[in-house]
Parts: sequence; structure tokens; C-alpha cells
Amino acid sequence: MSGPSTYVPKSAIGRWFEARLPLMGMVHSSFIAYPVPRNLNYMWTFGAILSFMLVAQIVTGVVLAMHYIPSANEAFDSVTNDIMRNVNYGWLVRYMHTNGASLFFFAVYIHMFRGFYYGSFKPPRELLWIIGVIIYFLMMATAFMGYVLPWGSMSYAGATVITNLTSAIPFVGNSIAHWLWGGYAVGAPTLTRFYSLHYLLPFIIAAFVGLHVWALHVPGQNNPDGVEVQNVDRDTVAFTPYATIKDVFALSIFLIFYAWLIFYIPNYLLDPDNSKVANPLMTPAHVVPEWYLLPFYAILRAIPNKLMGVIALFAAIVVLALVPWLDRSPVKSAKYRPTYRFFFWVFVVVCIGLGYLGSQEPTEGTALIARILTAGYFGFFLVVMPLLSFTEKTKPIPASIADAVLPNKPAQAQA
Amino acid sequence: MTRFEITALATAAFALALAAGLALAQEGADQPNPPRQEWSFAGMFGTFDQAQLQRGFQVYKEVCSNCHALTIPFRTLAKPGGPGYTENQVKTLAATYQVTNAEPNDKGEIFKRPGTPADDFPRPEAYPNDQAAAATFGKAPPDMNLLAKSLKYERGFPWFVFDALPGLEYQEMGADYIDAILNGYTKPDDPQWNLYYPGHKIAMPQPITNGAVAYKDGTAPTLTNYAKDVSAFLTWAAEPNLEERKKIGLRVMLFLFVLAGLLYFTKKRIWEEVH
Repeated sequence: MSGPSTYVPKSAIGRWFEARLPLMGMVHSSFIAYPVPRNLNYMWTFGAILSFMLVAQIVTGVVLAMHYIPSANEAFDSVTNDIMRNVNYGWLVRYMHTNGASLFFFAVYIHMFRGFYYGSFKPPRELLWIIGVIIYFLMMATAFMGYVLPWGSMSYAGATVITNLTSAIPFVGNSIAHWLWGGYAVGAPTLTRFYSLHYLLPFIIAAFVGLHVWALHVPGQNNPDGVEVQNVDRDTVAFTPYATIKDVFALSIFLIFYAWLIFYIPNYLLDPDNSKVANPLMTPAHVVPEWYLLPFYAILRAIPNKLMGVIALFAAIVVLALVPWLDRSPVKSAKYRPTYRFFFWVFVVVCIGLGYLGSQEPTEGTALIARILTAGYFGFFLVVMPLLSFTEKTKPIPASIADAVLPNKPAQAQA
Repeated sequence: MTRFEITALATAAFALALAAGLALAQEGADQPNPPRQEWSFAGMFGTFDQAQLQRGFQVYKEVCSNCHALTIPFRTLAKPGGPGYTENQVKTLAATYQVTNAEPNDKGEIFKRPGTPADDFPRPEAYPNDQAAAATFGKAPPDMNLLAKSLKYERGFPWFVFDALPGLEYQEMGADYIDAILNGYTKPDDPQWNLYYPGHKIAMPQPITNGAVAYKDGTAPTLTNYAKDVSAFLTWAAEPNLEERKKIGLRVMLFLFVLAGLLYFTKKRIWEEVH
């Protein structure tokens, strides 16, 4: 998997190019000849889907940036009157970009939950996982700043809520908030700097995605049985055509969902309050972020103390990076870890519950549930994972990937 | 952890969520939600009814435009997927308005001139900006460019899930809301009491009643008709590309389904050798 490519171009011009810049060899060894476990299921197609969505967001974003005006007075009109009405197919590009962001997060959550379920974060893939957490955090920052750009009512309110978190930091908090805002409240300077950073961060994400794929290609993919590749001929297949066609097929199904969103329910995920221009004197009745940030919003609101709430919010993201050291079970895949599997699904329900609570106004009753679910969220990482690492009674794992998958082998997995 | 236990857990979680959703919905007993209406533009194959949009435009022009701005270009009235006026009709209509020229004249004076199709509808004369309107009314009448997209009401669980599904999709919340508000002035002695407005006290007194607008195509001049027509018109104003979007969407979906089918069988064929 690692090491110089064995690719020899067929044409003379190809060999001339390859001797000077071995690009084709790199593509060949990384995406054509590269061996992947033969037992991967469709949960492994989301990496390719995510790469496509990143490119789609960048392309649609660059087109939008040609017409968007990052000024507090003109931003809303440039989006809702110019791009949506006057620019040819501006409405299409804008809907692709907003709904693309939501689907980008949908895919990343499935990608992450795949990692939790199958133990893809375990040695030797810890750094791969940490790079993934960094990408996730950058995505959240990018999405947050992107949401501010149309300068709608909810854009302004969201910007105010999140940037105010920094004021919770003792001593320097207020100074940091004023520095971020470029003033004493969210205003025109905030918009222009968010625009600059929103344009920049996706390319930083792309760089980290490059590192992510590189870090992946060193040990190779994990697989649903959690057993490492032992024999390349028996346990793996070449990336092209096997994984390529599977990724493309999965992408086409994903695109059906994307098209359904864009063409038939484009405003489903768009908060109607964001169709009103920002007015510092009028806050929306219910301030909520986009759905993909709701669980963290619920955690933030669950803690009664402002600073502790902010710390809990960031801890909820940082704890993801610690997972390789919290879960030390030698068995990777939840397929063979019945107790962990139960808690995994409880964790999924906890996350969905937190998301729902994040969308509702906090009341007496929901505050208690939010705290219980927050405890459940952190409990999964800080209590369940370490406890189960060595005390869990796991099922016997297959001797090899080939044993798990190929039917004509006598040494069957006993799962 | 058996399949049964996992299923039981999932069912319990769903039931809990459903109960929570229903509990939260009970609070709306004296604050009813706008009733769902039938709209020609709803659903996967929905289109605007041109005659309805023209009547709705007439209602906007004669009643609403006195206070509410709608800063869309005149020419959009002739664009496909809209009210379907001809270019000449739009030119004549635009010329009846006096619009402020963007640049001053040679003497440096700001002047007004008859409108052209390229111009936007001018704001209401008496209320050139939000502050002037708020000074008169107490609250500035919202612009109508995106009014139909900016209105919502709590759907609650599980309805908000169904609202996204094919066949059940619900994108017409704004139209239903506007229609409900216009029909919601149910207390004749209190012109600012509205059944559907949150808190029941709305800054806008009843703007339109039976017989206020004389329709030219024979449709009955009733409040219910005015409300429906102007709601449809405002939905078009907020989403002028709706028809084109759904048309392109159908082609895209068909293409993707065929593509997905072909890729599926290709994938199976390629993987046969390996299995």
C-alpha cells in the first residue's frame, strides 16, 4: 500500500510526464491498484460521497461569490433579489449550496457513526480519526459562517449567540468578543470577515482531506469485521473497478436525495426567519441553528452556568478526538461486541434526542431531559467506552477477512 | 443484546418522542394552526394558475400596495411561470407608475419618470422607508418580496418528518398562513383581533372585505377568493422559479433513477467475479 508506484505509462508522452511529475503513478497506486478489503459494506462509500460534496460546495460557492455582495446593507438583497431572481439559474446554485451543506453534514454523521460502530478509530488509525475530527470542526465553523452571510434575521441572531460564547471566557472574554466582531456587536465588519474566512476554510478542509486520505492509505481501510488484512490476494480487491463502481452507485443514490431536496423541498431545512432581513432591534422568537448543530446547542443550553455551558459545548467536540484512547477494546467491530453495540444505539438515540431538544424552546420539563441526555452523551465516551474496553464479553472474531466473507472456506466465523 | 431488545428500545424511544410531540402540540388549542388549503402549485407536479396569479396581482395592486412594498421588477410579470402578462401589458402597466430615476438629471435634481419594465415596483408613496411606516402604523408593514417564505408555524413531531416525504411534502406553509390571516378577522368589534396571529393581536387591521375588488374574469368577489388569490400571487412573488424548478426536478430525478439502476446492475456484474 505504501511505497513507490509500479505504474509505467503506455505512451511516450506519458513516460516523459511521469518521469518529471509522477501524478499518474500516484493516482494509479492510490485509486486504481490500491487494495481494499473485499468485505466492505455501503457504509464505506461515504468517504467518496463526502469528497464529491466538498467539491460541489466549493464549485457552487465560487459561483455564488461572483454575485454575492458582502455588505450589511446589500447582502440580503444580493442573495434574495439578485441571485434568486435575476441571475440565470441563480436559484439553482443557491439551493444546491444551502441544501448541499445539510447533506454534507448528513453524510459526515453517517461516516462518523460508521467509525464508532466498526472501531475505525483504533490503532493504527488514531491519527486518521483525529484528522477527521479536525475536518468536522472546520466544517462546523465554515457552515456557521456561511449561514451568517445572507444576513437574514436568523443569520444575525446565530452570529450573536455563537460569538457571545467567547465573552464567557474570564478576564479576556469581552475583549475577544469585540475583536471577533470588529465592533461592540455583530455588524458590518463581522460580515465581511466571516465572508473572507468562509471562502478560505473550505480550502483548508480540502488540505486536511488530503492528509486524511493519505493517513488512510498507509494502513488501508478498516472493514465490517474489524479484522486487519493479512493476505492481500485473499482478503482484498483492487480499488478500481470494485470500490469505484460501488462508490459511484452509492453516490447516484445520494444524489437522488440531493435532487429531491433541491427541486421539491428546497425550503424545508431553511428557517423562515432567515427570509427576513437582519434587524438588530428584532430578534426571532426562537433562535435555533441549522439542524446539524442542534445537539451541541442542546448541550450548551442544558448547563445552567454560561462558562460551563461553553466548556461543555467544546468538550463535546474535543472528546471525539480522545476516543482512540477511551475505547481500548482489542475487538474493533461492534459486530462482535454485543454490549457495546447496545450502547452504540443508545448513543444514537441520545444524539437524536439532543438534536430534537436543541430545536425546541427550553422549558422546566425539557431542561431535565436535556441534562440527562447530555450526561448520556458524555457517559458514552467517558464511562461506557473505557469500562467495556476490557470487561466486555465479546464474540469470537473471524480468523481473517477471507474467512468471514468467502463461503467456500471451512474455517467459518462463528458470529 | 438481542434483536428483540434493540427493537424494543427503538420503539420505546419513538413512543417517547411521539408523546413529547403531542404534549407540546396540546398548547395550541386556543391558538389554532392555519388550516391546510389546496394549492395548484403544491406537490411534485404543481404549477401556478395564471388567472389566479393575475387576480392576486390585482388584489395586491388595489389593496395591499398602499402599505406593503413589493420590489420586484415589472418585467417579471411577463416571465414564464408567472401571471403571464404580455410584454405590451407590462410596458403599459409600468408606464402608469412614477419611479424615481437612479441618477440625478443634468441640473443635479432627483426626478421621477414613468416606469419601464426594467424598473422595480416603487415602494408605497406615503411610506418610503420602514421608519416612516412604523411612525404611522406603530409597526412597519413587512415587504412582500419574501413574505410567503418567511412565515411558519410549529408542525410538531411527527408531522415535520412527513412534510419532507415524497407525496406528503409541505412547502406551502406561507400561502396557508397568509390565507388564514386574511380570513381570520373573526371579531367584527375588534379590527385588530386575528384568530391565527400568534397572540391574536395583529398590527394590521382587516385590510380587505367582500366586494373590495372587482374581478374582471367573473370570479366571485368574496373574501375567501381574495385571500386565496393574493396568497398564490405572493407565493409566486417569493418563488418565481417554482414551475421551472419542479420541471427541471422531474427530469433530473428520472435521469438519476435510470443512472442509479444502470450503475446498480453494472456493480453487480463487476462484483460477480469476486463473490
